[in-house]
Amino acid sequence: MLEIKNLHARVGEVEILKGLDLTIGSGEVHAIMGPNGAGKSTLSYVLSGREGYEVTSGTVLYQGKNLLDMEPEKRAGEGVFLAFQYPVEIPGVSTMNFLKASVNSVRRYRGQSEFDAMDFLKFVRRQTKVLNIGDDMLKRAVNVGFSGGEKKRAEVLQMAVLEPTLALLDETDSGLDVDALRIVGEGVTALRSPERSMLVITHYQRLLDYIVPDVVHVLADGKIVDTGDKELAIKLEKNGYARYAEAAA
Amino acid sequence: MVAVTETVDQVELVEKYKYGFVTDIESDQAPKGLNEGIIRFISAKKEEPSWLLDWRLKAYAHWLTMKEPNWAKVGYPPIDYQDSYYYSAPKSMDDGPDSLGDVDPEILDTYKKLGIPLHEQEVLAGVKNVAVDAVFDSVSVATTFKEALSKEGVIFCPISEAVKEHPDLVKQYLGSVVPYSDNYFATLNSAVFTDGSFVYIPKGVNCPMELSTYFRINASNTGQFERTLIIADAGSKVSYLEGCTAPMRDENQLHAAVVELVILDDADIKYSTVQNWYPGDENGVGGIYNFVTKRAACRGRNAKVSWTQVETGSAITWKYPSCILQGDHSVGEFYSVAITNNHQQADTGTKMIHLGKNTSSKIIAKGISAGKSQSTYRGLVKMMPKAEGSRNYTQCDSLLIGKECGAHTVPYIESRNKSAKIEHEATTSKIADDQLFYCRQRGISEEDAVALIVNGFCRDVMQELPMEFAVEAQKLVGISLEGSVG
Ligand SMILES: Nc1ncnc2c1ncn2[C@@H]1O[C@H](COP(=O)(O)OP(=O)(O)O)[C@@H](O)[C@H]1O
Ligand SMILES: [Mg+2]
Repeated sequence: MLEIKNLHARVGEVEILKGLDLTIGSGEVHAIMGPNGAGKSTLSYVLSGREGYEVTSGTVLYQGKNLLDMEPEKRAGEGVFLAFQYPVEIPGVSTMNFLKASVNSVRRYRGQSEFDAMDFLKFVRRQTKVLNIGDDMLKRAVNVGFSGGEKKRAEVLQMAVLEPTLALLDETDSGLDVDALRIVGEGVTALRSPERSMLVITHYQRLLDYIVPDVVHVLADGKIVDTGDKELAIKLEKNGYARYAEAAA
Repeated sequence: MVAVTETVDQVELVEKYKYGFVTDIESDQAPKGLNEGIIRFISAKKEEPSWLLDWRLKAYAHWLTMKEPNWAKVGYPPIDYQDSYYYSAPKSMDDGPDSLGDVDPEILDTYKKLGIPLHEQEVLAGVKNVAVDAVFDSVSVATTFKEALSKEGVIFCPISEAVKEHPDLVKQYLGSVVPYSDNYFATLNSAVFTDGSFVYIPKGVNCPMELSTYFRINASNTGQFERTLIIADAGSKVSYLEGCTAPMRDENQLHAAVVELVILDDADIKYSTVQNWYPGDENGVGGIYNFVTKRAACRGRNAKVSWTQVETGSAITWKYPSCILQGDHSVGEFYSVAITNNHQQADTGTKMIHLGKNTSSKIIAKGISAGKSQSTYRGLVKMMPKAEGSRNYTQCDSLLIGKECGAHTVPYIESRNKSAKIEHEATTSKIADDQLFYCRQRGISEEDAVALIVNGFCRDVMQELPMEFAVEAQKLVGISLEGSVG
């Protein structure tokens, strides 16, 4: 599904990813944990094609295709979705309109028919209930004045309606209280399927109580430095990342 | 339904002229140039009474003493007023070509991008109850729903017809808001205006449908000088929309219109414009000079006027729809979106003149500049000594796309009454990279993302447009910004 080999990437003059290898199979959920500044968000941006994140060597194969060759919108069409660590505000554009523009764009790309307004509303409503998102939130401008929890729930809603094949979730748990964490965690878990792979970036293992990963990786200093199962996440929570920092140094 | 079909048919008739006119149609033109003889020619063509000819000649004599204004932040080579035709009209309505086959494919392409084969048709075909006056070069070629409207006492007709059929109304109000001596371009218009719409809404009547005028410049080397006069009598209400298009040409064509609105006690006029004149090509060649004077006089108590404009076209836009708030408690509003791309220049804004007590005005202006374009908001808020308790709120936002464009805000504030309140807010921003990336990550192409973000930026203005036209205006935003990123 996704095969990353010896990936090096830099932002400006600074190399952030320094030979990262990662393989994710269809339907698998992988968690990536790691200290602040390790390069987790950088990895998510490189995979989604953000400008300014320059790949200097290595390869990324996604469904057998060279992912790095594609424009960001094409990657989205191909099924790559990123739940942003910091979702972006778009003043004046209602969340509903944004969702519709987005879903219809990827549906066009995928050769599916576009939704009209009525069908789309029904389609969205199927997802909003699980995420405890009311119609009033859909009328508000994209992320403008949203609380931390609302922003993250809106990201998961977008993931649900865009039906990705590879979902990258960048700290979707940060800034959430216990209830919001549960809603988001259950929302994501409901979207697990044999055709959908996920890469869950998190700082804390608490999210992984809801989204139970098949594999857990530790990312430190631009590389995967350890890989294990759910137990690894629990150990990390207890012991911290200090020993990886030393290993990297 | 019958009425709707009628509208569509009428417009199809007009459409035939729209494209064929450039090459094969026979038109009736005044000789090139401008002089007293030309003005007499126009007046004779229109079979005007002598008072109107005298008024035109007075305006012309005054114009000769005037200098072209140069205070606006726009630049263009001197206009040769003798190198233009001041009257051009199709000789007959049957001379159009049978097919659209010989239409410039780039124009067709533009309409295709809008999702419609023909601009006016889309707006009209999907919408009920819109009466249309279609002004083609110097004449009105069709006005729809006249009978239906006249049942309510509403007069909606070409101004040249109003001069004949309703001379008292025209004589009373023409030039009463924008006098013939007002400014260089308005004075020129007073001398040579050819057609335009006339509207009278009688006392207490809520006009049963939207009224609209479509202006089309077709003939080359021809200026268009239309004149619109709308009178809302006491307690009446009307919503009026104008749309404008012109073919693509290498030359610059002058469009110097005058619009006068008169609003009496408790009456309400909503005037919306979707201006899409040809803006010139990406190198700045050709395009319309849109030098327009629009003014509303709120003469009555509680009179209300609301100007909404979406300006996407023209090489140069010079226009300041204004409100004279004379009646106590009268209200003036100005909502504006001005988009400039490539080499377009826009200097636009409004004037709010508060004369009466407790008058209020609101200005929401959104300027979007892309390419090498320049956009200026210029606005005057004036509180006169008797404007006790009056207030104004102004919000002016500029959005820049790219590094070579400019946005400027020039507010003039003059308060001669201590109890008057004036608030002004202004912002300048750019489309942020993270906004673009966020949209693209969601599958939205870069151009669609720009259109989406800009439409969001303009939302407060767009939502003032009549619903049927808002959709068209939103599409126009996208089209006019094409090629502005990447
Ligand atoms: N746009 C940027 N410009 C400069 N440095 C950046 C940029 N983005 C990230 N970095 C740097 O790259 C490193 C990794 O950042 P990031 O991928 O955000 O880490 P994480 O998500 O693991 O906390 C950090 O040292 C950070 O300061
Ligand atoms: Mg991060």
